[in-house]
Amino acid sequence: MDSNTATVLTEEEKQQTPKSRKVPTKLPKPKKKNKKILQNWQLYIFILPAFLYFFIFHYIPMYGIQIAFKDFIPSSGIWGSEWVGLEHFKRFFDSYYFWDLIKNTLGLSVYELIIGFPLPIILALALNEAKDGLYKRTVQTVTYAPHFISVVVMAGMIIAFLSPATGIINHGLTLLGFDPIPFMSDPKWFKTVYVFSGVWQSTGWGTIIYLAALSGVDPQHHEAAIVDGATRLQRIWHINIPALVPTMIILLIMNLGNIMAMGFEKILLLQNPLNLESSNVIATFVYQAGLLDAQYSFAAAVGLFNSVINAILLITVNQIAKKRSETSLW
Amino acid sequence: MNSAISETMTDKIIKILIYVFLGFATLIVLYPLVYIISASISDPADVNSGKMWLFPKGITFEGYRIIFENGAIWKGYLNTLFYTVLGTTINLAVTIPAAYALSRKDFAGRNLFMAMFVITMFFSGGLIPTYLVVKSLGLIDTIWAMVLPNAAAVWNIVIARVFFQSTIPKELEEAAIIDGASNFKMFFKIILPLSMPIIAVMGLFYGVGHWNGYFNALIYLSDKELFPLQLVLREILVLQEMASQNTDVTGSMAEAMHSKQQLAAVIKYGVMIVSTLPIIIIYPFLQRFFVKGVMIGSLKG
Repeated sequence: MDSNTATVLTEEEKQQTPKSRKVPTKLPKPKKKNKKILQNWQLYIFILPAFLYFFIFHYIPMYGIQIAFKDFIPSSGIWGSEWVGLEHFKRFFDSYYFWDLIKNTLGLSVYELIIGFPLPIILALALNEAKDGLYKRTVQTVTYAPHFISVVVMAGMIIAFLSPATGIINHGLTLLGFDPIPFMSDPKWFKTVYVFSGVWQSTGWGTIIYLAALSGVDPQHHEAAIVDGATRLQRIWHINIPALVPTMIILLIMNLGNIMAMGFEKILLLQNPLNLESSNVIATFVYQAGLLDAQYSFAAAVGLFNSVINAILLITVNQIAKKRSETSLW
Repeated sequence: MNSAISETMTDKIIKILIYVFLGFATLIVLYPLVYIISASISDPADVNSGKMWLFPKGITFEGYRIIFENGAIWKGYLNTLFYTVLGTTINLAVTIPAAYALSRKDFAGRNLFMAMFVITMFFSGGLIPTYLVVKSLGLIDTIWAMVLPNAAAVWNIVIARVFFQSTIPKELEEAAIIDGASNFKMFFKIILPLSMPIIAVMGLFYGVGHWNGYFNALIYLSDKELFPLQLVLREILVLQEMASQNTDVTGSMAEAMHSKQQLAAVIKYGVMIVSTLPIIIIYPFLQRFFVKGVMIGSLKG
């Protein structure tokens, strides 16, 4: 609130006559602020729907997290249910699937980060070198397009293309003399299928934010470098890439902070009993245990465990970035 | 131009390589899209055997005929259309006024509200507590479950706020206040007419989200009458396919399965096209708007 009061007061002061400025004691300040609030009461009506939405659908659920420490029975409600302490957490940590879930969750995220993070940067750098015109526009239009395909259609495409008997990918493999691969029913392939279909869908769209950063590079840097005899590659390396570093750091922090919470809607669609061994991640497990098996408290505990790890990661990575590079989320 | 500025040999080669790389990336993205279009109008036997790999073979519109006669798909289409229109209207009614209020420097408490909203990007109650709230509000199996739990997105509020801060001249607001216009009057008479670009961008972001979303429907709806298109698609594209790949049956069962599979194969690619059609139609015109939205966001992000 402090910074707020400050802004409000400076605005106030602008409107005041020099005479009244001479008596800025501490007492009148709250009064002026109240006046401002009264004058702008309609702005509170503007923000009311958003406030209610976030309160009801985000803050009440945060309050509801307490069921992770209770034995939630729908008929008794959140308040009426009995406290059980860390029982649900213990049950989760001691379960035989605990390490499998952790391994799959981290494995998928890290794999996705390693493959998926650099590609939009490379594509953006390449696009930035292309002259504006039909060719560049075509490349952009085509590579952005998959972003708008729904996750259900995407999953349908993956399953259809990778089918061992009828899929085009396996027809291609047979043509080249390989045996068809049962991509969807072999746990070994699940992570690769997930990551590379994601690359296909989002690399193009991911370039936009980097292209925005590249458009801010002063052309004079390039002109000077050309006069100094720098090659194209040297200019990309020494001028363009450094210009992208702040964007990269921000996106990296956000990605690492979300490492335990990747797009599980797609995983859920691609999951089947045969690939469960490598496709079962914490988020899909919470869905299964909580919504399908109705073990609300247990699933909430698992979800909370996941959120806490996420929060710790986000804060840690942000701190490191702040120290090392001065770019950080907050 | 002297010789120092003209391109060297290596630079030329690198430039060519960059163009080749871009062309290669484009082809990789394009191929599956072309394949789906071709497969949707080809003879399913040719598609399944791999004889059709780029251009349509044995052209038939049988798949589309079946799709258009399928009641569930029509019903889903109408439901999705309804959720998209209603949902986007609610989204805009929540997002635009809130973003405008947050853009006003003289709005006491703006940082507090902003913090309250942004925190939810990183910390949330999680799936189960959110589900229980929606359930206790009695929204399960109602149309409201499709539009209220995602009535606003923080990121879009941030983008709209940046738009208001950077494009609405401060002098205009001050002049209106001096003239004695109330905030309501100013918002509806002056700000909104100037905000059509951001309303379009926001409407598109939210609209595509509603059109493509399936997860809310999956967890909050069990009444088939309310199913949006994406859930119907899930049954056709994912559940059936999984079942056919995972079961090993013989005899008459297998034959029945086979004919069902053929049928599924005919309509599979067609439904992908039909369901994405509205977005395909608007995409070329509105790509610029989408890109603009992301750009505005990146300024502040």
